Amino acid sequence: MRIHIRYAIFSAFTLLLMSCGGKEEKKKEGFSVEREKTTTEKTAEPVPAANAVPASERVALDDKGVGPIKSLTLDAEIDQALATQGKEVYDQMCLACHRPDKKFIGPAPMGILERRTPEWVMNMILNPEVMVKEDPLAKELLTEFNGAPMANQGLTEEQARAVLEYFRTL
Amino acid sequence: MKKFSYITMAFVALATAFSGCKDQGGKSNGALSSNAAERVYVEPGKYDEFYAFLSGGFSGQLAVYGIPSGRLLKVVPVFSQDPEKAYGYNEETKPLLNTTHGFIPWDDTHHPDMSQTNGVLDGRWIFMNGNNTPRVARVDLTTFETAEIMEIPNSACNHSSAFVTENTEYVIAGTRFAVPIPQKDIAISERKGNFKASLSFISIDKDNGGMDLAFQIRVPGFDYDLVHPGRGKSHGWVFFTTYNTEEAHTLLEVNASQNDKDFIAAINWKKAEEYIKEGKFKTEATQYAHNVYDEETHMATSTIKKEVRVLDSSELPGLVYYLPTPKSPHGCDVDPTGEYIVGNGKLSADLTVHSFSKMIDAIENKKFDGEAYGNPILNFEDVLGGTVIQPGLGPLHTEFDDKGNAYTTFFISSEVVKWKVGTWEILDRKPTYYSPGHLSVPGGNSRKPWGKYVLAMNKITKDRYLPTGPELTQSAQLYDITGEKMELLSDFPTIGEPHYASMVPADIIQPKSKKIYKLSENKHPHAATTDAAVKVERDGNEVRVYMTMIRSHLNPDNIEGIKVGDKVYFHLTNLEQDFDVPHGFAVIGAENSELLVMPGQTETLVWYPKKVGVWPFYCTDFCSALHQEMQGYIRVSPANSNTELNWSLGE
Repeated sequence: MRIHIRYAIFSAFTLLLMSCGGKEEKKKEGFSVEREKTTTEKTAEPVPAANAVPASERVALDDKGVGPIKSLTLDAEIDQALATQGKEVYDQMCLACHRPDKKFIGPAPMGILERRTPEWVMNMILNPEVMVKEDPLAKELLTEFNGAPMANQGLTEEQARAVLEYFRTL
Repeated sequence: MKKFSYITMAFVALATAFSGCKDQGGKSNGALSSNAAERVYVEPGKYDEFYAFLSGGFSGQLAVYGIPSGRLLKVVPVFSQDPEKAYGYNEETKPLLNTTHGFIPWDDTHHPDMSQTNGVLDGRWIFMNGNNTPRVARVDLTTFETAEIMEIPNSACNHSSAFVTENTEYVIAGTRFAVPIPQKDIAISERKGNFKASLSFISIDKDNGGMDLAFQIRVPGFDYDLVHPGRGKSHGWVFFTTYNTEEAHTLLEVNASQNDKDFIAAINWKKAEEYIKEGKFKTEATQYAHNVYDEETHMATSTIKKEVRVLDSSELPGLVYYLPTPKSPHGCDVDPTGEYIVGNGKLSADLTVHSFSKMIDAIENKKFDGEAYGNPILNFEDVLGGTVIQPGLGPLHTEFDDKGNAYTTFFISSEVVKWKVGTWEILDRKPTYYSPGHLSVPGGNSRKPWGKYVLAMNKITKDRYLPTGPELTQSAQLYDITGEKMELLSDFPTIGEPHYASMVPADIIQPKSKKIYKLSENKHPHAATTDAAVKVERDGNEVRVYMTMIRSHLNPDNIEGIKVGDKVYFHLTNLEQDFDVPHGFAVIGAENSELLVMPGQTETLVWYPKKVGVWPFYCTDFCSALHQEMQGYIRVSPANSNTELNWSLGE
């Protein structure tokens, strides 16, 4: 019973907000309707505290992801030669969807190691099909980025490692 | 302990009872009682045991089926344009269909034959003939794409083709029509004695399959119908059936059926190689196209070759012998040991089998019964190995299993007849629906057959399936041949008219099947293998768009500055490197087709903008959840406008 009441209140609230949005719509162009609606729904729904930060910005330095890379320690020094190799691979295999410094089809790799473990990054490159199903963060990222799946570009472990080194230089 | 053994005994008894039922059922023809359905059922997600490559007949293509299910796996475009795959429509594959008659977008395919190593099917390439504008194609079985096409000069209707010798030394191509060589303007009635035939030997590069027209043997102007290379003891020879030894030029139905016997022509190609080495050939001027697809540039090139080496059989002894064979033989089939050559005399009541060792003996002892234009004719009785007495009406083709049995199709009496090689006794017969041409046993024309199935390919379908108007597909029928008696398991419709089929265990091909083309190996001159290489260039009224595709966008997706009267090349590179992620490309009003670009590949579509406006292009192959979003605009301005060339993505 209590649930019903709660639902009724919620619906009423939503309706109210929607009608507000509808009113606003008349002033603006038709395109803005959707955007307004999304915003109102977001504020209307009670969001768990942890999800307030989008997956792409969340820091998860204990999550190693799911895939072949179990443990990886990075040297303090960046290996420039390896990073150069990594850039070559990145430009051919990744650039179409990931611009280094801005959100594009997928997230930008700049500063990625402040938020992700090296293992997680490499597993995302090497094992994307499984990651988006089994790693909670990757799963959320898929939703955040419009359901555009991360393509498996068939990189070898060596190539993925080189790309990771390149990310350190960004 | 005692209890246990009782249970075991009971179980064994029960199992025996069940398997007893099964055996009984196996002898019946009813699908339900014989579990035929189970034997052709392949569970969802499971694979077939064999690949079957069926010629597409007048579709000009090659169809790939799984056996025993009869599921169609792929249609490989070979001699005909295919808008589904842009084959013969995109700029890369157009040269494959070039000939000395110009761009020929269709042919009639008959006999796919697989490459062999030591007489065993090796799953590397399929060779197949184009009948009409004489050509031989090579299909690569790592990509299942046409890799090479060679036009055959001095040939007319390339029917006795494209069969391979037991180490793929040569692909053989005969000619069904004799013609003036070189071609000239003469009265048709002068055919007899003036028209000649050419038997072509195409050598095959052991490593890459590359074809080279090594030589032709010039022979009397009969109709060379079918061919099979010898194997085992007869390796080094090829055998052609002939008809119209009357050399008639009109009403062949009557006039080419006058002689009691026509010939099987036995050609000694090892001897031919010796003559070539000794320089006893004539180099004749001619013209033929040789077209090769390069997997790294993703492009085909066409070269017109200008000469051919010819060995004249009337001047060079030991090259050609004629074996008299009753009544217009059609199929010419050699058993796995290489000893027996079956001449399927289509108007004969009996099946004639020649003996290779008897033939060699007759040749060595010069037991000749005359000559045809300088080529010895052997005595029928001297070369006869055996006769299958009255097996049926209208024998066409024979294949073999691994237990010494042969299977022959009978067109007129509509059946497959099983008989014993050596004793010539008839063991079994089963009806087909209807009028079979060729049949195929996996490896059934090699030294190593896998005698599990025979597939009969029928010419007439009539009432086998739901009707589809006046035109019906052809039917193929699958028989289990593991038992004493053949069992009809299933039939399935086919594309075009399948003439012959090559079947092979799946594990010979499956592990080598390519999944993607590597971007790092893409050497297409107009590839954009990175997003940095995306650009649009104008040179006069030619515009080249270097576009990339990846889930789920085309880059660029906004193009401006195109003008009416331009010729626009869309060079599409698929940046995906994952299995089964092709992208398509279509643009409004394109006069050719779509493109279907495999991962790592580059393909080119030419587009002529004719109308001013903003026009759409999009991905045609449902590639991802955001496939519908994979779209873009191209702005077309008037011919005299100053709209600047501009392209972008996400701006």
